[in-house]
Amino acid sequence: MPKEYTSISRISGPLVFVENVENVKYGELVEVKLSSGEIRQGQVLEAYEGAALIQMFTSTQDLSLQGMRVKFLGHVLEINLSPAILGRTFDGLGRPRDGGPSIIPEKKRDINGSPINPYSRAYPSEFIQTGISAIDGMNTLVRGQKLPIFSGAGLPHATLAAQIARQARLLNEEEKFAVVFGALGITFEEANFFIEEFRKTGALERSVLFINLADDPVIERIATPRFVLSCAEYLAFDLDMHVLVIISDMTNYAEALREISAARKEIPGRRGYPGYLYTDLATLYERAGRIKGRKGSITLIPILTMPEDDRTHPIPDLTGYITEGQIFLSRELHRKGIYPPIDVLQSLSRLMRGGIGEGRTRKDHGDLSNQLYAGYSRGVEARELAVVLGESALTEEDILFLRFAQEFEEKFIKQGEYENRSIFETLDLGWKLLRMLPKSSLKRIRPEYLEEFWGRE
Amino acid sequence: MKGKIIRVAGPLVIAKGLTNVKMYEMVRVGNLELFGEIIGLDKDTAAIQVYEETQGIGPGEPVYPLGEPLSVELGPGIIGQIYDGIQRPLTQLAIKTGDFLSRGLSLPALDREKKWDFEARVKKGEYVEGGDILGVVPETSALEHRILLPPNLKGKILDIKSGSFTVEETIGILEDEKGNRVELKLMHKWPVRYQRPVKEKRPPVIPLITGQRVLDTFFPLVKGGTACVPGPFGSGKTIIQHQLAKWADTEVVVYIGCGERGNEMTEVLIEFPELKDPRTGKPLMERTVLIANTSNMPVAAREASVFTGITIAEYFRDMGYHVSLMADSTSRWAEAMREISGRLGEMPGEEGYPAYLASRIASFYERAGLVYCLGRDKRIGSISIIGAVSPPGGDLSDPVVQATLRVTKVFWGLDARLAFARHFPAVDWLISYSLYVEPVSEYWRENISEDLYELRQISMAILQREAELQDIVRLVGMEALSPHDRLILEVARSIREDFLHQNALHEVDTYTSPKKQYLMLRNIINFYRKASKALDSGVDLEAILKLPEREKISQMKYIPEKDIHKLEELIYLIDRKLEELREGIKQYA
Repeated sequence: MPKEYTSISRISGPLVFVENVENVKYGELVEVKLSSGEIRQGQVLEAYEGAALIQMFTSTQDLSLQGMRVKFLGHVLEINLSPAILGRTFDGLGRPRDGGPSIIPEKKRDINGSPINPYSRAYPSEFIQTGISAIDGMNTLVRGQKLPIFSGAGLPHATLAAQIARQARLLNEEEKFAVVFGALGITFEEANFFIEEFRKTGALERSVLFINLADDPVIERIATPRFVLSCAEYLAFDLDMHVLVIISDMTNYAEALREISAARKEIPGRRGYPGYLYTDLATLYERAGRIKGRKGSITLIPILTMPEDDRTHPIPDLTGYITEGQIFLSRELHRKGIYPPIDVLQSLSRLMRGGIGEGRTRKDHGDLSNQLYAGYSRGVEARELAVVLGESALTEEDILFLRFAQEFEEKFIKQGEYENRSIFETLDLGWKLLRMLPKSSLKRIRPEYLEEFWGRE
Repeated sequence: MKGKIIRVAGPLVIAKGLTNVKMYEMVRVGNLELFGEIIGLDKDTAAIQVYEETQGIGPGEPVYPLGEPLSVELGPGIIGQIYDGIQRPLTQLAIKTGDFLSRGLSLPALDREKKWDFEARVKKGEYVEGGDILGVVPETSALEHRILLPPNLKGKILDIKSGSFTVEETIGILEDEKGNRVELKLMHKWPVRYQRPVKEKRPPVIPLITGQRVLDTFFPLVKGGTACVPGPFGSGKTIIQHQLAKWADTEVVVYIGCGERGNEMTEVLIEFPELKDPRTGKPLMERTVLIANTSNMPVAAREASVFTGITIAEYFRDMGYHVSLMADSTSRWAEAMREISGRLGEMPGEEGYPAYLASRIASFYERAGLVYCLGRDKRIGSISIIGAVSPPGGDLSDPVVQATLRVTKVFWGLDARLAFARHFPAVDWLISYSLYVEPVSEYWRENISEDLYELRQISMAILQREAELQDIVRLVGMEALSPHDRLILEVARSIREDFLHQNALHEVDTYTSPKKQYLMLRNIINFYRKASKALDSGVDLEAILKLPEREKISQMKYIPEKDIHKLEELIYLIDRKLEELREGIKQYA
């Protein structure tokens, strides 16, 4: 039976300082019992000889220096795992939220996980068809990739994420994903949108949901994504499932981290975020992937909203340095009524090359997408010029590129929320649009492919 | 004598009761015996940075000093390995402990069982000094591993024999100057924070050929030089680093993945054994050493990984090899320093980085260079360092970028806008520079062509002019330009798209020999010169631009090296076509 202490000497923000304690371990889970009998959880943030600094996961409201009992549990925060976890909904600290019973654990895991040995990783290279041209054609998603959606307030990132979850499948295979969804400080409505979406498509029984809403305790959000990913690791690497993880919204997570850092009076980095934000985000994102010799995979789609649509803000910036690309949503396209409003120029999939080409999608895929990029980019440049000087200032060729960019947005990027295009439809559509341009300007496509596909209708 | 932990805060542990320990001495921390290093001493307390996750460690647990600083093991068996930041072999760890990294593991960096064939090159009775080659081991088919007398030894060989040895067995006996008998082995240890000594540093002048056109021809690096590659995310830093690791004409490549993605190391591990070195025809893995401390691995080991890598590079340089070292990314290394410094409560400098950031960065890059190695035979060796920097938001005023630029001589600035248009390598030709252009131009004159330097200068001038003209076009439109200026815009486009743009994924385009680079650039500039002449004689610009032969210029990059003569022929074809246009004008007149 662990000892209980009453010697709390300081409370500040989410932090509690306890004195005269013995044998405290760094990272250990702590239970604080209020005089009302309520129990709240926290973890040891710093362990001193005879003292400990505790970070509470829930609010410190009603905590006082007297009458409280602090218990160190001797282990870190753990998640209970068993196959029965599928179809369940939990709160941000892994407690059932759906009225069901607690999970009887087959396994208990430290929610922080352990880093995958880089040598043991398998390189992600299985093409996932999302049915969305701007992703499949231009920023291909592969199994085991971490590909965030960079969004902004008011943009349809939830709709897009739901469409990906609904349509994603391997080529030539009807196999479906298990979905683990983490809600971090989003509104009830947004969380409900996802839950309803999963219910409608029958995905709910293959899903696990961890929900921390906007009015739930902020600090709890530090633990929530770790529950999500530990659960995903279990499903993927113990139960051999292909897991799609959607976490929304990482911006709220980073803000919770900043709150703790500020309470600890640490030296702030950019915009007040702690200097270790990069490392901290990496310990989450890097848990996605594939492992040699194991069947399952974790594909991670975190959603984050960029404050003021600024991609140089520390959260998108550091995320982009860790993840394998990004899907970038554009307010301008959204205003034009284009769904999904994916700015393909600012989007990127680093693992695309491994997932496309002969035997995976089609041999011309790489060159075609490079050419579409180059053409669209030139068209957008021409359009900017035309805004200032009028179309008459453009050369003949530039006008062609401008028209191409227009069509590319209207026909290629734009599609319905329930429109599911096969990769071949997407590629053929790309070729159709390229035929608007002079053949000699298509320098990114190797001559033999140009010969083969140019004349094909 | 063991110490006791009194405080744990993330990767920083404070212990007391450690007497007689030195700064940067290695310790093992807690009941799990995690690896750590002493980074501060204050009376009887010591600050320790721990290379592993400290969760579950608490006050009262023991700390054991190891009596030596963080050192690497140097000897046969390093090549082809993948190590973590403190030289633990990740391959063996995976076999021993599974797919996830657990803590407190210690495995020797070099295989203790494996026998190596050693062939002695010195004789009994010979006097040798530090750095002399005692003998060789054929480590891989691509690399002869030269066994050197460790730098700090000197004396007479009492015994030495060829044969089959493990790294710990005695291959010979040395009598040092004081008359002590020293056992010689295939391996020795070296502390990573100490530079390995050399006889003499030399100014570097030989270009490092990378097969990347924008680098070799526009902003060349030399063997023994240093380069800085900053850029925002998605601008292709890692692809450039990978391309250099693949194609740089050095005998050994040390690749440090410092705080980056795990899958990038996997990619190297999968790809390199398959790829052949264009010069030796051997698998690239047979000349490569990988240090992987990915972003989710403990932060303190990330700080050490850069020193581990450079020490291994120095070891191969001392054998008389040209070594290139890629560090991706030094920003993560600097952030690791910042994190530890912050937890130590040090007074921060710029952006929270410690005040010694610049000097630490300088001390790393200064370990590059072209040198005469230790030893009596005046071997030449070199280390070239290419450091990627990941500034927040791509902002070049970042302290890590600025501190790096002060000590490196080549700057390959990557631009997000080029990357958005999928112009790769996204090296911005207007802001990048190389201070080695002049020394390298000597080499070009002797080995490639008289006029390559001139062609480069003209191309740079055209690109510069293009930037100015584009400003004008943005204000008043294309019509305002003279036909000659419009030709410049077209030629600049051709330089950008047909020469500077290079597809790393295309089997031919991924590597271009210096000779082919020269011919490509010559054809573009020749077109420019002849077209200007034609314009002067009154030929219509549209007629010139519509020449179908221009398409051949855009296809030059896809012509394999064996058909390089086609590029020689192209120049005459274009000359003839432009001449025909001029003739046409004359007849008309």
